[in-house]
Amino acid sequence: MDGPAVSVSGLVRRYGELEAVRGIDLTVDADETFGFLGPNGAGKSTTINILCTLIRPTAGSARVAGYDVVRERDEVRRNIGLVFQDTTLDGYLTAERNLRLHAELYGMPRSIVAPRVRDVLDMVGLWDRRNSKVSAFSGGMKRRLEIARGLLHSPRVLFLDEPTIGLDPQTRASIWSYIRELRNREHITIFMTTHYMDEAEYCDRIAIIDQGKIIALDTPQALKASIGKDRVQMHTEDDARALHALAEQFGITATMAEGAVTFAVEEGEQFIPKLFSDFPVAIRSVNVSRPSLDDVFMSYTGTTIRDAEASTADQLRAGATLFRRGGR
Amino acid sequence: MSASAAAATVATVRVPFRTAASELRAIKIVWHRELIRYFSDRLRIVTALLQPALFLFVLGTGLSRLASAGTEGLNLRTFFYPGILAMAVLFTAIFSAASVVWDREFGFLREMLVAPVRRSSIVIGKCLGGATVAATQGVLMIALAGLVGVPYAPTLILAVLGLQILLAFMLTAFGLVVAARVTQMQTFMALTQMLIMPLFFLSGAMYPVTGLPTWLTALNRVDPLTYAVDPMRRAVFAHLTISPTARARLDPGVTWGGWHVPAMLQAVVVLAIGLGLLGVAIAEFSRSD
Repeated sequence: MDGPAVSVSGLVRRYGELEAVRGIDLTVDADETFGFLGPNGAGKSTTINILCTLIRPTAGSARVAGYDVVRERDEVRRNIGLVFQDTTLDGYLTAERNLRLHAELYGMPRSIVAPRVRDVLDMVGLWDRRNSKVSAFSGGMKRRLEIARGLLHSPRVLFLDEPTIGLDPQTRASIWSYIRELRNREHITIFMTTHYMDEAEYCDRIAIIDQGKIIALDTPQALKASIGKDRVQMHTEDDARALHALAEQFGITATMAEGAVTFAVEEGEQFIPKLFSDFPVAIRSVNVSRPSLDDVFMSYTGTTIRDAEASTADQLRAGATLFRRGGR
Repeated sequence: MSASAAAATVATVRVPFRTAASELRAIKIVWHRELIRYFSDRLRIVTALLQPALFLFVLGTGLSRLASAGTEGLNLRTFFYPGILAMAVLFTAIFSAASVVWDREFGFLREMLVAPVRRSSIVIGKCLGGATVAATQGVLMIALAGLVGVPYAPTLILAVLGLQILLAFMLTAFGLVVAARVTQMQTFMALTQMLIMPLFFLSGAMYPVTGLPTWLTALNRVDPLTYAVDPMRRAVFAHLTISPTARARLDPGVTWGGWHVPAMLQAVVVLAIGLGLLGVAIAEFSRSD
């Protein structure tokens, strides 16, 4: 493909008072796997819905596969595959019929439909179940079938919106092995959203999004390297005094995250003995960890992704109601 | 590597540009899906027959003891029959349109809305699918003609079938207009129930439409259903041997200010309203967010 697979500039989307996306710029190269990482309600799904032509941006512009998502909607649609968070399969139909219906809707040349259906069903290991009704499928099988359907018309860009949400760890792992196989065998750009930090590691590059804005964008390695510090989490007898003492004695600004006193220091293993030697508050437990994407998120937002989700839960609910009302 | 071998053998697809043929394919597959779902749900076919059958055989039989003088000796079930033919279509057509709300709740609507086809193709496919399903249900009611003393005349069957298709088309389009604005199944059902029963009762499906009080005459003439029920009654009564008095009393025909509206014009009225509603439904679904 010539040029970037996705390019977005100054993207804004408002739902009444709520500004779900507030000025996003990004470029995704062809054949790249790009991850959109952030807590629920951060604006990931809204952005993906704009890129898929399902909702219009309030301001800014976006091009997918070289086409404008507002002015050249049909061209965009011909070139993208979609796997949504919620299933969009017809449970009354068999797996194969769901795929054939998709082939008809996309006007695929008739001669290619049968081999292509077989190919994608083989890939996700559902060929033997092609004649079963989808309503009888497990959550993981449905997600695999949706991925197969998303690929049926050989899209240039595949959008995966939380492809593993609600699945057990084993099924998540198997979905990822399909996605990795897919990257090896087809020239395809994958644009995915997730709020699982460990999954974001599989991406070539990730953008961290919080409250409708991109706050960091780089490879997972570079993002982790940029932190450079270890994370220390500790439980104490008196957290308020501990926070105060850390600032006083070591000049460290610690915060409360997930119920523990949390801070970042260089060479954490060596810091712990110093801490224990002369600390006015009794420490019950200490945990030191190497930088992860969680820490990247924390260092940019001052909160962990789980805490961010708890605080945006109400906002999200308001947003979801607005989306239902506005986005029919 | 088996994966790379498979990739080498199967060509990738290029989705072609949109053409009239691809739009027709989309209409056809959306229509086909409605049929597959209808025929795979036998319980629905039976339950949709139950209500018209209750009106026809239970209400028709029970009321005939009160009304035998007023029908000039004609069995009340026979008189009800044309109205019941319309009723069978009524419920099935609205239920078909409800599948849009259902599809929205279960996400499938999104799969159709992001496809590279016009929204109008999807709405037209849905409408034709719903109309086909409803007309099929109507055919099952035609089959009951013998039980109420109506002959199985080919011209009668064709006339009734044609009217049922028109009526089914109009009602499905109406249901789609409602479904475009409603996101929850309960709301849709409550709303359509509230609209269906008045439409049915005002249409003259259960009584002759002359000599009514002015208010009822006015409401009857603006009810679109009237213009499907009346030609059906005329078609059925044309095949009955009854006295001229009974015919004048039971099958007076719809009038506009004293002018007898021809059956053909009534059919055109139904078609025109159906097309108008379809246009509204397309406009509603085409409006993105």
